[in-house]
Amino acid sequence: MQVLSPQFKPRATLALKDASLQAALGKARGGFVDKRAAAAAELPEFEQLREEAKAIKEHTLDHLDFYLERFEERVKAQGGQVHWARNAEDAQRIVLEICRKANAKTVTKGKSMVSEEVGINEVLEQEGIEVIETDLGEYIIQLAKEPPSHIIAPAVHKTKAQVSELFHAHHSKLGLTKVLTEVADLVNEARQVLRGKFFRADVGITGGNFLVAETGSSIIVTNEGNGDLTQTLARVHIVTSGIERVVPTLDDATTFLRLLARSATGQETETYTTVSSGPRRPGDPDGPEEYHVVLVDNGRSKMLAGRFREMLRCIRCGACMNHCPVYGAIGGHAYGWVYPGPMGSVLTPLFVGLDAAYDLPNACTLNGRCQSVCPVKIPLPDLLRELRHMQHEAKLSPWYQRAALAAWGFVASRPRLYHALTGLAVRALGWLGRGRGRFGYLPLASAWTKGRDLPAPQGKTFQEAWRERRGKSS
Amino acid sequence: MSEAREAILGSIRTALKRGPLSQPERQQLESQIATPPHHTRPHFGDDLARRFAAKLESRAATVVAVSRMADASGAVVDYLDRLGLPKAVAAAPALENLEWPQGLAVRFGRAETSDQVSVTPCFAGVAETGSLVLLSGPSSPTTLNFVPENHVVIVRAARIVRHFEDAWDLLRKEAGGIPRTVNVISGPSRTADVEQTIQLGAHGPRRLHVVVVNG
Ligand code: SF4
Repeated sequence: MQVLSPQFKPRATLALKDASLQAALGKARGGFVDKRAAAAAELPEFEQLREEAKAIKEHTLDHLDFYLERFEERVKAQGGQVHWARNAEDAQRIVLEICRKANAKTVTKGKSMVSEEVGINEVLEQEGIEVIETDLGEYIIQLAKEPPSHIIAPAVHKTKAQVSELFHAHHSKLGLTKVLTEVADLVNEARQVLRGKFFRADVGITGGNFLVAETGSSIIVTNEGNGDLTQTLARVHIVTSGIERVVPTLDDATTFLRLLARSATGQETETYTTVSSGPRRPGDPDGPEEYHVVLVDNGRSKMLAGRFREMLRCIRCGACMNHCPVYGAIGGHAYGWVYPGPMGSVLTPLFVGLDAAYDLPNACTLNGRCQSVCPVKIPLPDLLRELRHMQHEAKLSPWYQRAALAAWGFVASRPRLYHALTGLAVRALGWLGRGRGRFGYLPLASAWTKGRDLPAPQGKTFQEAWRERRGKSS
Repeated sequence: MSEAREAILGSIRTALKRGPLSQPERQQLESQIATPPHHTRPHFGDDLARRFAAKLESRAATVVAVSRMADASGAVVDYLDRLGLPKAVAAAPALENLEWPQGLAVRFGRAETSDQVSVTPCFAGVAETGSLVLLSGPSSPTTLNFVPENHVVIVRAARIVRHFEDAWDLLRKEAGGIPRTVNVISGPSRTADVEQTIQLGAHGPRRLHVVVVNG
């Protein structure tokens, strides 16, 4: 997928002015937050589960090689195949080869963020294969030729009216004559059109929320059942999954399942949790004839070494973006790549480069809500701060920022100079602002004063005032 | 792709600053898999069947109870009558021995697009969330769980366990290894992808009806 993260600022500005987008975001905002809060409050064990989930992931990451090999061995024993992809190109080639061998004309897909990350659709389409996203949200944005704007609600930025227009434009050749205005009718329309595709598909591609080393299984959760029709009706089932998704046992996976639905949508459980372990067995009347798992590294094993290892605990629940004021204001597309919101602001610079994603770690108020809701307790604000630090070290921050910080550092480490200069500045500003008590414009502070006034200081520095107070009280 | 495999495993070990694990270390991890650690589970009261039904109903499934297995097929007919559906179902071959009433056309096998109603057995129920655990196999095709618009599931009350972990334990003990597919189903299919409005019957069944057999 094309990386548009370098255009973050102009894209964010456009997003703020986009009336439909703002309407759609306004509808979504409170819902996710309230539902998650209610679901967490209903389960007294929720905090305990978060701690345990974090510990399970840390244990698994410490022995990641072992659990991946264990998983592979079980899959093979059950007649499935495991493929290892170092990077996006490997993953594309592997999936394309499987599809070629299966002589695939039509491929259905359940929602998979990894497949977005490595760009599967583009490669298959270039080969002349029809690729159909079957999650309703994914289907909508596929028609709109847009990337997802949220990792669990990919079409959250679309209004009902926009969906209605899209269906009218794309389904009229399939016989749709009316303009559908009710949600029920829109869902039915998609159901009917996609039914035919499920039955025609040669290959079905799904993600893997979890991989289980104990049983050699991939687990997907959906509410729609689209993942199940995708993998049951196609001749070949391909699972694309990041290497960090493995957990030791079904019991471990259960701890994550208890957290995932509550954190993502505020549900106690999603409607369908499906554990798949290989292809059709002897005597099975249905199910795929082939089962492939593509294990994607794409930079994850490198992440394991350094300061961003904690990011590998992420279970892609989307809670951090649901609680992010920046995401809530601009939506997912402004981030310019596959993963938006706080988790995306950490992952994007690591995947596509500190430079290209320069604005992302900086588009954060460090309010800490994301960390407080993250089911696996990833310290997202710390990681974002770390990225800012690395950008500064790599001299990627603007020269004036670095010059200003260097000057500040020089003065701040010399207390007498600091007191002299701040005393002077405060008095000068106080004198200048003596009329209104605030500034509507101030040179060097225009980014602040463009949107609001800057109060004028009251004549003394904080330290001077503090010293005086202490002098009085003692 | 063994080259990529070695590269990825090598990169993981470099990151972890160690080589492959020793035999005793692997043994240790294997034994942890064989006896999974006991994680925190949600606490709740002892009336499992009641919780099971209430949770399912909270997600728009319907639940009825009958006292004997022989009455289960009657409950299926009642359901068809109530919805005004034709007297025809596709059923899992596992239910071939059930006493099916006269006048009901029952076809055993995988689901076809024309099937409106499917009837399947169930490996276990889970009280924690009100969920059904269905296993694939020669006598229980997976398509029955997803293709027809109405899915009727027959579950014995004695098979309702407390937590998911209890269902996995049954699976390890009784099923002789994990089947190709384990479907955990907690209600009819739904979506909220258009303006967060919940709509039932997105791709899977529009209705889920659960018959609990007490005897
Ligand atoms: S970082 Fe945490 S909150 Fe955000 S998607 Fe990942 S697991 Fe969920």
